[in-house]
Amino acid sequence: MFQMKRRDFLKVGAAAGAMASMYGCAVGNKAGGHVVVVGGGFGGATVAKYLRMWSEGAVQVTLIERNPTFISCPISNLVIGGVKDMADITISYENLKNHWGVRVIQDEVTGLDAVKHTIKLAKGGDMSYDRLVLSPGVDFMFDQVPGLNNADAQSKVLHAWKAGPQTVALRQQLEAMKDGGVYAISIPKAPYRCPPGPYERACLVANYLKKHKPKSKVVILDANEDVQSKKPLFTKAWNDLYKGLIEYRNNSEVKDVEVASNTAILEFDKFKADVLNVIPPHQAGSIAAKSGLKLVNNRWVDINWQSMESTNTPGIHVLGDAVFPAPTMPKSGHMANQHGKLAAAAILNLLAGQEINPTPVVMNTCYSFVDEKNVIHVASVHQYDEKTKLVQPVKGAGGVSVARNELEGKVAMAWAKNIWADMLA
Amino acid sequence: MKVFTSTFVAALLLAAGTAHAADPNLGRNLAATCANCHGTNGKAVKGSGIDSLAGESKEKLLQKLADFRSGDKPASIMHQIAKGYTNEQLGLIAEYFAAQK
Repeated sequence: MFQMKRRDFLKVGAAAGAMASMYGCAVGNKAGGHVVVVGGGFGGATVAKYLRMWSEGAVQVTLIERNPTFISCPISNLVIGGVKDMADITISYENLKNHWGVRVIQDEVTGLDAVKHTIKLAKGGDMSYDRLVLSPGVDFMFDQVPGLNNADAQSKVLHAWKAGPQTVALRQQLEAMKDGGVYAISIPKAPYRCPPGPYERACLVANYLKKHKPKSKVVILDANEDVQSKKPLFTKAWNDLYKGLIEYRNNSEVKDVEVASNTAILEFDKFKADVLNVIPPHQAGSIAAKSGLKLVNNRWVDINWQSMESTNTPGIHVLGDAVFPAPTMPKSGHMANQHGKLAAAAILNLLAGQEINPTPVVMNTCYSFVDEKNVIHVASVHQYDEKTKLVQPVKGAGGVSVARNELEGKVAMAWAKNIWADMLA
Repeated sequence: MKVFTSTFVAALLLAAGTAHAADPNLGRNLAATCANCHGTNGKAVKGSGIDSLAGESKEKLLQKLADFRSGDKPASIMHQIAKGYTNEQLGLIAEYFAAQK
């Protein structure tokens, strides 16, 4: 059994501190201590790296991640569409370990004690922290789609809304589908992870089918009243590129699934598909949702936007898709990375007994492929507002692409390379 | 337009010059919001096709940002992002990147 040896950390910490002063630490950050980060996605990996970088090694960081490697959700729709493969979206945690000195442990956190400042690991026993960061992403609410509430059903009707084995499996289902088959994707009510993602996926599946199985069809079953992101640009792509191939249906919430017949049950209707791709509603990952942290709508963690700290549980910061979003803030990998930096800055201030930054800024960009080359974006900048105590979108800033274009197709891949490096290199 | 732009740059420089951030890390924190695309500390991944900002002069960075804002410099996305920050914030960001080696 692995036991976290705090003594060793303190030794390493002291050595790192000595090194920092040797280098003549310019900013004079006096932060020290041990931060445990749960979840190595866009939020968790970023906060881990930035805590090490900005403290010049003085703060010890342990990252607990259940998967052996990072697999990116952004760009994974290109794998499903047959344009990229898994190797293109899989990145190792080695640089976090070796270059940044983050202790990366592959394990699962099963509980936490916010008073004693400890977490419980499935394999590794208890571990103590000075500050805890939860970046657990989302859990699917399979109870909202009862037919999917078992492992066998979940292996047949896929979500592929967490990149990994399901990404590969959905690609295989599409490859096995006959020409003339129907692929249906269901979108839960907002807020859900990656607002434009399902529409991008519909485009990229249609792009594949158009070339290889042109008699086939893509049907979008959207629980929402309307397209949730970049509507005019997606609608134009569907009309220009995929006329008669993509069909969009609004107010079409999937209430249940008959797995044996690949049938989605809607409120007044049923829909049978050859490949049925159901994205169930989601909530904050269970370690964040079930540890006594204050939730909004019983699903998302309520946080302080100056520090990403839970509003009712001091010492625990929550990032990314698990938080109740500020107005117009998407649940995106880009935004989770920004949360990670906001939290890293605040945690270092708090560990050093300093005031936190009262006016944080975060921003988002999101690129969606409408075919293998053409991309559309949405961007926004969010500044802290004292009145509402929220980060608010800046009026007059942000926006979308004028039209789909190949230049942004190149920029989108450059974005991916740079954000992956910003987290993990 | 040029007159406006140089006045604007002057305003940016002035704002940046007189900025006395209570938090010495404010520039660092703001610049980190650019790193998703432009690389950690403004060092973009080589060959990615995105501009590195590290080590660029403050004046040049502020001129670029001003041109994005005014529309003088065509952009796919930066004109939308540059408008989201105050002059003082852009000054701190440019100062931070200029100081990176």
